[in-house]
Amino acid sequence: MSDSPVVVEQHHGPELRHHFATVEQQRDASSLGMWLFLATEIMFFGGMFCAYLIYRLNYYNEFAAGSRSLDITLGTVNTIVLICSSLTVALGVRAAQMGKQKLLVILLLLTIVFGFAFLGIKGIEWYDKYKEHHIPGATFNADDIVHEYPQIHIDQSHEQIYFSLYFAMTGLHALHMIIGIGIFAFLTYEALKGKYGPQYNTPIEIGGLYWHFVDIIWIYLFPLLYLIDRKPLR
Amino acid sequence: MATAAITAEREHYLNKEYGIRSWLLTTDHKRIALLYLMSITFFFFVGGFFALLIRLELLTPAGDLVQADTYNKLFTMHGMVMVFFFLIPSIPAVLGNFLVPMMIGAKDLAFPRINLLSWYLYIIAGLMMLHCIVTGGVDTGWTFYTPFSTAFANTKVIEAGLAIFVAGFSSILTGLNFVVTIHRMRAPGLTWSRLPLFIWAHYATSIIQLLGTPVLAITLVLVVFERLFGLGIFDPTRGGDPLLFQHLFWFYSHPAVYIMILPSMGVVAEIVPCFSRKRIFGYKAIALSSIAIAVFGFLVWAHHMFVAGISLYSAMIFSILSYLVAVPSAIKVFNWTATMYKGSISFSTPMLYAFGFIGLFTMGGLTGLFLAALGIDVHVTDTYFVVAHFHYIMVGGAVMGYLGGMHFWWPKISGRMYPEAWGRLAALIVFLGFNLTFFPQFVLGYMGMPRRYWQYPAEFQVLNVMSTAGSTILAVGYILPMVYFLWSMRYGKIADDNPWGAAGLEWKTASPPPTFNFEEMPEVTWEAYNYDEIPAPVEVSLER
Amino acid sequence: MSDHVLSSKMYYGIWIALMVLTVVTASVAFIDLGPLNTVVALLIATCKALLVVLFFMHVKYTSEKLTKLVIVSSLFWLLLLLFLSLADYSTRHLGHG
Repeated sequence: MSDSPVVVEQHHGPELRHHFATVEQQRDASSLGMWLFLATEIMFFGGMFCAYLIYRLNYYNEFAAGSRSLDITLGTVNTIVLICSSLTVALGVRAAQMGKQKLLVILLLLTIVFGFAFLGIKGIEWYDKYKEHHIPGATFNADDIVHEYPQIHIDQSHEQIYFSLYFAMTGLHALHMIIGIGIFAFLTYEALKGKYGPQYNTPIEIGGLYWHFVDIIWIYLFPLLYLIDRKPLR
Repeated sequence: MATAAITAEREHYLNKEYGIRSWLLTTDHKRIALLYLMSITFFFFVGGFFALLIRLELLTPAGDLVQADTYNKLFTMHGMVMVFFFLIPSIPAVLGNFLVPMMIGAKDLAFPRINLLSWYLYIIAGLMMLHCIVTGGVDTGWTFYTPFSTAFANTKVIEAGLAIFVAGFSSILTGLNFVVTIHRMRAPGLTWSRLPLFIWAHYATSIIQLLGTPVLAITLVLVVFERLFGLGIFDPTRGGDPLLFQHLFWFYSHPAVYIMILPSMGVVAEIVPCFSRKRIFGYKAIALSSIAIAVFGFLVWAHHMFVAGISLYSAMIFSILSYLVAVPSAIKVFNWTATMYKGSISFSTPMLYAFGFIGLFTMGGLTGLFLAALGIDVHVTDTYFVVAHFHYIMVGGAVMGYLGGMHFWWPKISGRMYPEAWGRLAALIVFLGFNLTFFPQFVLGYMGMPRRYWQYPAEFQVLNVMSTAGSTILAVGYILPMVYFLWSMRYGKIADDNPWGAAGLEWKTASPPPTFNFEEMPEVTWEAYNYDEIPAPVEVSLER
Repeated sequence: MSDHVLSSKMYYGIWIALMVLTVVTASVAFIDLGPLNTVVALLIATCKALLVVLFFMHVKYTSEKLTKLVIVSSLFWLLLLLFLSLADYSTRHLGHG
């Protein structure tokens, strides 16, 4: 049911686009728009989760072995980094709502710092994979994994599928992280100009929604990629 | 009747600003609709050109016009261009963009700049696809099946895949815009149960665009990665499963066919009551059936894979679900027909297209049920039976709905009437040409002629010649409206606000509309399709 | 989205909870629970996701039912993709399908 009243002249700032009747309508539209976009992202990553599910069921040993070759400490640290970044984002939205411009800018910058930290650690992890010849393609070689588990049969082509999915999933996640950093850089710039406050902070809100979503993707990637089987070997 | 409001004197969205910049940087949904109109028409003829080459080759049993590899490229490019650059955008991006805000009494879509971005993404994708075509094309079939597309094809798979990826993004953003607009920007009094069925249809279409297209996107990305980096996700020699590709591909591409047909059904739901001078029969059923099609459409995708190697048990499940999805479509056909019963029918051009739609869509839909039966599918899958089935729906259904809609709303869009006699003639030519082209293909398929083959046994030639003859007639039928629509923009009779006496908010404003659609925001106090209250127009005249 | 400002204490509390759950899930992975390892890991991940969605993304405080419908629908669609695909893969070796 449409909430929009018949148009009455209303006090509003320059941020009200004229095809909207009220600021509330604009904000509700922006929010719904971002949630719908996140729904599309769920399906986008979902395709990879589907591939992951099918192959993990069929190639469990190779997936477990591949998972063990990842550095669980770095993975856990990265998870914590992203959680901290979600905190700074949430506090940032709050700062904007309370009109605390300086605090908002600091929190936005901190978020970006955490984002870069995440990417840096991911870069280290990928470099390790590169050194171990676990990057799929012409240079892929999982002999080290085969030798590490003499008691089970590791099929190298199946192992490569694990790593293909590892790189595809963490790669696309990292790409979304980079885009998120870009968005937050823009938000920081606008915040410095004093654009956001209690009467208008929608971009911070919806930028925040995007960032939290990228965090949630990682919340699932972490156990699925790193924690498949860490039980002590018999 | 036409008042003295001659277009040159009154300001409206077409004459408000002139110049290329005012078009390329517009955020007016109506101008963006016209930008799309020009672009998709161009791609329609590109795709049609490939179709004519295919039909030329198939005139003779021998492969004598082109080489086999070239033929593979012809049907691939025909499919890719027609599906992704014509059918998917067509009605939503042209008629939807133009009409959705107007039908709900809004000044524009929720996100006008994103709307323009959608068009630019479409253009970028189109340029990528054109470049792909002129630098060698793709030969994998529009379905990109692996491992051929990932490991063996030496054509421009990556470029085509990326072009479609970008086009998909355009489609997603259009769907997003529509959903937010319909939820948040309806005029006061316009409850969900008063919405035109065109809006319900576009809402359902948008849901499919939002939830399905991203899966195609990731699938194409994975194919590109596989080709670029030598991964083996879909390659059986490297532990991959080609069927996984098909599951992911068809998860989108089956619902995609509902993206292509639902808007057309919305158009028919607007035309039929108007030219029957009667309220639509079963409004709620038609509205909810659109949502049902959108939902059920996601449950049936593996019926494209019955003989590909899926398990028998899952094939049975998908077969039953495929029967279910026909039910809401049938409900629509019954309700449109019931609307016409005891109505005052006029055989205007839009109504002729609507008739064509109902008949041809029904045939296409019923043959889909044949295909959903496992036993029959084993016999006719990958034959011309399938080709005929989907062309009946896509061309006999979707394209006729599109043309009907273009004629119906042309006065609103351009402020001019198209020449009615030519309109009816073209509709007839399209109908005849279409049936001559595609009915023989049902027979060919049943007799065993495979699809995507560039040569065939001599016993199939007669039917192939009939089909090719039909395609030339069909081509004439498509060219005619292009000519007379253009002609009408200069010489057509000036249109009233409401030349058809139609219901709907878009008819309560001028033709063409002002930039912000309405002089005053309307407030709706009446039910949809209130034809008992709207006087019939003067008989649609046949004069030029 | 809601207009009222939420307390920063709440945000810090959720943050602590998320950190704790992260440490728990990483630690539990080393304990042999058989097939339950996966179940527990996914349950913990879901709890963390819920905390982020409900509190950081304000879904608990919004009166917009549409937001919740969008979230639930998209998750449902994802499950559709996963489970109907699984219907094929999990029955491939039955009989002679």
